[in-house]
Amino acid sequence: MLIRIGNGAGFWGDNLDAPRCLAERGELDYLTLEYLAELTLSILAHQRSRNPEAGFVADFLTVLESLVPVLRAQPRLKVVTNAGGMSPAQCARQTARMLAAAGLGDTRLAAVSGDDLLPRLDGLCAAGEEFSNLDSGRKLAEVRPEIASANAYLGARGIVDALGQGARIVITGRVADASLTVGPAIHEFGWRWNDWDRLATATVAGHLIECGAQATGGMFSGWDSTLSLRELGYPIAVLSEAGELMITKPAGTGGAVTVDTVAEQLVYEIGDPQHYLTPDVDTDFSQVQLHAAGPDQVVVSGAIGAPAPPRFKVSMAYRDGYMATGTLVICGEQAGVKARQCADLIFSRLRTAGVVLQRTHVECLGTGDTLPGVWPRRDDVQEVVLRIAVHDPARVAVERFVREFSPLVGSGPPGVTGYTGPRVKPYPVFAYWPTTVARDHVQPVVEVSDANGWINGNSGR
Amino acid sequence: MAGSMGIPVDNPQTQKPVPMAATIRLKDIAHARSGDKGNHANVGIIAYTTAGFEFLGRYLTETRLAEFLLPLRPRQVERFEMPGILAYNFVLRDILAGGASRSLRTDNQGKVLSLAVLEMPIPAPANLDAMRRPE
Repeated sequence: MLIRIGNGAGFWGDNLDAPRCLAERGELDYLTLEYLAELTLSILAHQRSRNPEAGFVADFLTVLESLVPVLRAQPRLKVVTNAGGMSPAQCARQTARMLAAAGLGDTRLAAVSGDDLLPRLDGLCAAGEEFSNLDSGRKLAEVRPEIASANAYLGARGIVDALGQGARIVITGRVADASLTVGPAIHEFGWRWNDWDRLATATVAGHLIECGAQATGGMFSGWDSTLSLRELGYPIAVLSEAGELMITKPAGTGGAVTVDTVAEQLVYEIGDPQHYLTPDVDTDFSQVQLHAAGPDQVVVSGAIGAPAPPRFKVSMAYRDGYMATGTLVICGEQAGVKARQCADLIFSRLRTAGVVLQRTHVECLGTGDTLPGVWPRRDDVQEVVLRIAVHDPARVAVERFVREFSPLVGSGPPGVTGYTGPRVKPYPVFAYWPTTVARDHVQPVVEVSDANGWINGNSGR
Repeated sequence: MAGSMGIPVDNPQTQKPVPMAATIRLKDIAHARSGDKGNHANVGIIAYTTAGFEFLGRYLTETRLAEFLLPLRPRQVERFEMPGILAYNFVLRDILAGGASRSLRTDNQGKVLSLAVLEMPIPAPANLDAMRRPE
């Protein structure tokens, strides 16, 4: 027995048409949609604080609406997504309304939550959790009043539970990205929770497809102009009950699935490859091998699993002042020199106004400044983008900074342009605070009902 | 200094090039991808062939990559082997000047680090042809 799991979204903001194209052509059993980067939940928490109906990835509603014909035509197709963000139940309710209006009111939807630790933070601290910063070692007390979100990465258990209760659409909050794939595999194959090598294989599968087109030719460093990225096919993991894995994409789509494109995604955003940790399993990537099995077919073998770690990763965010980014375009002779002088003028005017910003960063894009000192420096260009980014605890200081750009069009060196459109606004910073929590302190909460039930507010736990 | 780095230089005294080892770029024998984890980045460097993997095992040390990326001030560079796919994964700690949430850089998630690393000049190995991307 084989199952085909395709991932049609790699992040919030990814191609809205990709899920439909993938589902129409991928012969899928499951469509997964992955939306949550490290800090997405703090943005969603901010949205929810302004509107109780918000707090999830609204793109998902647009995507699912586009999938209605596919859901009708393919009655076996299931959808698993972490679009629930800070509000999986709210997301399920609004999804239910859309489905009911489309005549799919009997669709069973699940909301999987339990990842949100913020309401329980003081209790967990009293129970001995320290939540020190995993990277810096700093104590939580330093930022505790400013914490805006605190979410544990759940594993596949809530998803397996939801699928076991007959859910066709599973909407989670924060779960490990790979668990979106591991959950369907466990549900379909009945693997045991200590079947470590199989869980590891499914985890590798989830890791390879979680970023969408990055496995199928997107971002590929071996790119050349012969690689067509039009109508890029999104990735499909084909898993067998015995724990075999192949990565592919729908026939006739752009991009490529080769040993090289898949290898690049295997190394994406990993640390120690011998310990890729999720709540499901501790996976060793180091012995994973890739073999071409046919056009756009790569067989993945050699994943080794070890018992899941005793602690779950937790992603917190704390309010940390304001940032803003301003840009100008500088043209003509000595563009780089003029751009740097413009930056000096801006800071000089700010000093005169009594504004000293905590952190500032100047880039003359076009001269090698995305990685200054690593890219060769080139000042002999005809146009550069001057980009200045600043960070300060005081919003008013950042507001004064953004005012200082447009005057340079008339009072700077010749060749300054590119400052039209609305003025940029300072935005609040939610800084990242990675930490962990004991797994015993986190339990998934699963609510399943058909769409009509969600609308009437009687989803059962 | 340039001479000790293996970069060809002209000698104005003799008007003859000083014989130096030929230089290639890392991209001639490997491909790569980079990304972020908080304030850390990683870059996975994948050799095209076993010969290239073995050569990079000797040449592309933590110290050499740290020197190349010195302007970005990584706190620590750690190398992990992935022999199954002929790769070395380098974890670059605190290289992102604050990471996705606080970094003021355009490339606050380290997306382009991989392309810069692939431009790294390295001395041409004797068996270079055994390391190039197979056709």
